[in-house]
Amino acid sequence: MTVRTAELLMAIATLLLSLGLMMKVYFDGLTIGWVDGRGPGAGVWPFWLSAGMALASLATLIRWFMGVTPESRSTEDYISRDTLFIVGVSAAALLGLLISITIIGTYLSLMLFMLLYVRFLGGHSWGMTMGMVIGTPVFIYLLFEVALTKYLPKGLPIFEEGFLWLDNFRYEWFY
Amino acid sequence: METILIPLGAGLLQAFEPLNLFMIITGCLAGLFVGCMPGLGSVNGVAILLPVTFLVPPTAAIIFLAALYYGAMYGGAISSITLGIPGASTAVATVFDGRPMAQKGKADSALMAAAIASFIGGTVSIILFTLFAPPLAAFALKFGPQEEFALMLLAFATFIGLGGDDIPKTIFSILLGLVLAAVGFDIISGQPRLIFFDMVEFQRGIGFLVLAIGVYGIGEMLWTLESTKGKVQMHNVKITWARMRSNFGQIREYINSTWVGSILGFFVGTLPAAGATPAALMSYGLAKTFSKDPDSFGKGNVAGVAAPEAANNAASTGSMLPMLTLGIPGSPTTAILLGGMIIWGLRPGPLLFTESPDFVWGLIGSLYIANVATVLLNIALIPVFIRVLAMPFTLLTPIIFVLCVLGVFATTDRMFDTWIMLIIGVTAYLLRKLNYPVAPAVLAIVLGPLAERSMRQSLISSQGDAMTFLERPISLTCVLLAVALATYPIIQKAVRNRRSRRAA
Repeated sequence: MTVRTAELLMAIATLLLSLGLMMKVYFDGLTIGWVDGRGPGAGVWPFWLSAGMALASLATLIRWFMGVTPESRSTEDYISRDTLFIVGVSAAALLGLLISITIIGTYLSLMLFMLLYVRFLGGHSWGMTMGMVIGTPVFIYLLFEVALTKYLPKGLPIFEEGFLWLDNFRYEWFY
Repeated sequence: METILIPLGAGLLQAFEPLNLFMIITGCLAGLFVGCMPGLGSVNGVAILLPVTFLVPPTAAIIFLAALYYGAMYGGAISSITLGIPGASTAVATVFDGRPMAQKGKADSALMAAAIASFIGGTVSIILFTLFAPPLAAFALKFGPQEEFALMLLAFATFIGLGGDDIPKTIFSILLGLVLAAVGFDIISGQPRLIFFDMVEFQRGIGFLVLAIGVYGIGEMLWTLESTKGKVQMHNVKITWARMRSNFGQIREYINSTWVGSILGFFVGTLPAAGATPAALMSYGLAKTFSKDPDSFGKGNVAGVAAPEAANNAASTGSMLPMLTLGIPGSPTTAILLGGMIIWGLRPGPLLFTESPDFVWGLIGSLYIANVATVLLNIALIPVFIRVLAMPFTLLTPIIFVLCVLGVFATTDRMFDTWIMLIIGVTAYLLRKLNYPVAPAVLAIVLGPLAERSMRQSLISSQGDAMTFLERPISLTCVLLAVALATYPIIQKAVRNRRSRRAA
């Protein structure tokens, strides 16, 4: 897809998003007009700002048709093959990280994420990979759970229970 | 003068407290590190590390983040010079002469000039900040909700008039940020608004940190991965004591452009849309214009490194002036700092000087110390940071991603927000590739709730009469300025068209 096509599609998408937001505010029954003696209703801010977004998107569409923006004249690839690989894999790895955090918990997910990124994407040595795979969860545990006292997600109960011994150990010995 | 010197002394003493001093040094180091990594700047560092600062009291937290902001401005020059890739957009102008100097084997001289100019820029701007902040805050005490709203209008108009980006795209970005800020319960009527798919999670709204980390953590890293492809070409830097001494003696060659850059940087930095990048570019332009040898610029003139570095450092302090005195951030980084202040339970604005003097003066005092600490750490650790630069992106990226995900979770305790962060991050990356500016959206999501509240408060108190914004002199001035700024690009274009028609 060229940058030119991407700009057109993005302008259409932003226009549809803006119209969708306006409809959402309107159909939720929020007052989008002036209330006598009180000023704007609850829906005025989001409704009219979304209308502004729609107008701005329309302006971009018109400028695209007129070839005003540099992007509307560019025939370069929007996302090149190389970029698609590195950015696509990174975004997919992040998506995988978020999914796995809810299933197997933060720490196991972090280990898998580091393994994937450092060893398979970065091509680093096993020594470096293992350092990151073990070091990152330890650092995160100390920073978030010990110092910031935040209970990070541990996943499904089976994984959570497996992790409880560590917390028990910490509370038994250090508090 | 006493009203400034006494609290400043107390602020300096506070900055020397062990915890605060530790925060200054760690902040400077973190900033130098973040700043020198290609593609990462102060805004990324502040966004990613803000959740971690909940470990310490607010004063220590803001001292850490301000020191980080400072350090990043210094650090940006390191990669601009040794890699030829700006550490952040603020260091773009440093590449123009920094890279040719490195190619000629004078990287150490350029790095030294950058450090010294940054120090001078920082010092000048802190002194100006100390002088201007208290009277401006005292003046701002007269502001009611009308003036607050008019000022915010002015901040957004600055993005349209001076941002230099595509105007419809800038307007879209501002409005998107404002609409996202409206998700959740209405502040006046309590009615739920924009609860998408009836998901209860949206009732708590979309936090500014979710948007900021999405845009500056995830989106920016994806952008950096694309632009560097993980590969960088570094120049060799030879550093010896003898060379350092001779580099120090070179100061006479760039001192004048450094002074000019410092003062210009401070004032440009106070404007919401302008900030450090245009300040550095303007300072570079001025240094070139008034140079005896303008042709040498772009080919390795040391003044071409010093001028933008002095300006970007001065601008970072300048951007804190409207944040602390008026509650209007002067840059995306200060927008995140302002959001942080709200999380810490402080109310940004003129009352901060009277309600939380310890916080304000502690911060100002720490800026003096941070400036000295950063220049010393910068010069001493140049060899270390050059090694850091050789660190592959495939090691840094996963660490940043993990900090982003867990930072967002730690702030809100909801996995839902991490999903929103990922969606926002990928969208910001795709939008940025099409020249949609993302900084206005971050500023808008921070200012959105404040802007809506002040607008509606004004209208309720005037019983729905919109003329209230035009009846008060300060508010009227701001509204007129906002209109002038918003229409400035249109007028400018019309004038240009008329001139070209006449010329034809």
